[in-house]
Amino acid sequence: MKAAIRKTIHSLKMTIPMVIGILLLINLLNPLFRKFYPLIFTDHYVFDPLIGAVAGSVSFGIPIFSYVVGGELLKTGVSLLAVVAFILSWSMVGLVMLPLEISLLGKKFAILRNSLNFFASIIIAILTVITLQLFQ
Amino acid sequence: MIFFLKKIPNNYKFLILMILIYFIFGFINFEFTVSCLKNFYENIIKIAPIFFVVYVLMFFANYYVSIEIIQRHMGHNSGLKGWIFTILGSIIISGPPYVLFPLLGDLQKAGMKNSLIVAFLNNKNVQISFLPAMVYYFGLSLTIIVSVYILIFTVVSGILVGRLLDVKTS
Repeated sequence: MKAAIRKTIHSLKMTIPMVIGILLLINLLNPLFRKFYPLIFTDHYVFDPLIGAVAGSVSFGIPIFSYVVGGELLKTGVSLLAVVAFILSWSMVGLVMLPLEISLLGKKFAILRNSLNFFASIIIAILTVITLQLFQ
Repeated sequence: MIFFLKKIPNNYKFLILMILIYFIFGFINFEFTVSCLKNFYENIIKIAPIFFVVYVLMFFANYYVSIEIIQRHMGHNSGLKGWIFTILGSIIISGPPYVLFPLLGDLQKAGMKNSLIVAFLNNKNVQISFLPAMVYYFGLSLTIIVSVYILIFTVVSGILVGRLLDVKTS
């Protein structure tokens, strides 16, 4: 019981400053860049998820951060394709953590896993949006 | 001063940096900064209940499922049972990859299959503790659809990476 409480509190202590920091950043950047989003994200089935996947790959944190960021981006007009690819690559691709992954799990393992996940995040985003449209 | 800064964890450094940036923006354009802070406050109020639910679920996951249980069932000869335990474990056990890498590195050395490690690492979005947040932000339909695709991909990528690494290392 104590171990579970300790682990949860530790996770909370690590998360809260990042969430507050990320929200501060989003609320500062969104009004500045909002007018450019429609120019960058045009609902293109390849470019939008590609941009989203690149942004997610270089980002870092537990998945809930990506939902907060993704949810805010969606509100400002960024396409669902880009946001889904962004949240997927955020948790499945870790460029920032690649050196750590290489050192602990091996170079071939890390490069293969991350490359595969990068393309998968784009494919899953496209499939998700297409499936969602079929059901709506 | 540098010694003091080195002692601060990176996530707190990031928060301090953001507060400093807001101060600078406040001097440049006070009204813009206040409107950004108002939006920030509204967002915080909105996500607070979600975070509460997430961390309550995380506590239960930490309490009822230990890493040791998963470790026991994901060895080299685990077969289908290994896959089931891996997928269930990845759904229940939460934690950022940098926490899981050392553990999975040890398990790899102890004989855990590469395919299962990949499956365990890849399924970081379909987690009991994060699903309420995902539903809140993206709706139930999208959450179900994306979760199904992730689970399918988790198995496919595990098999693929496992096979490729076995070929390369054999």
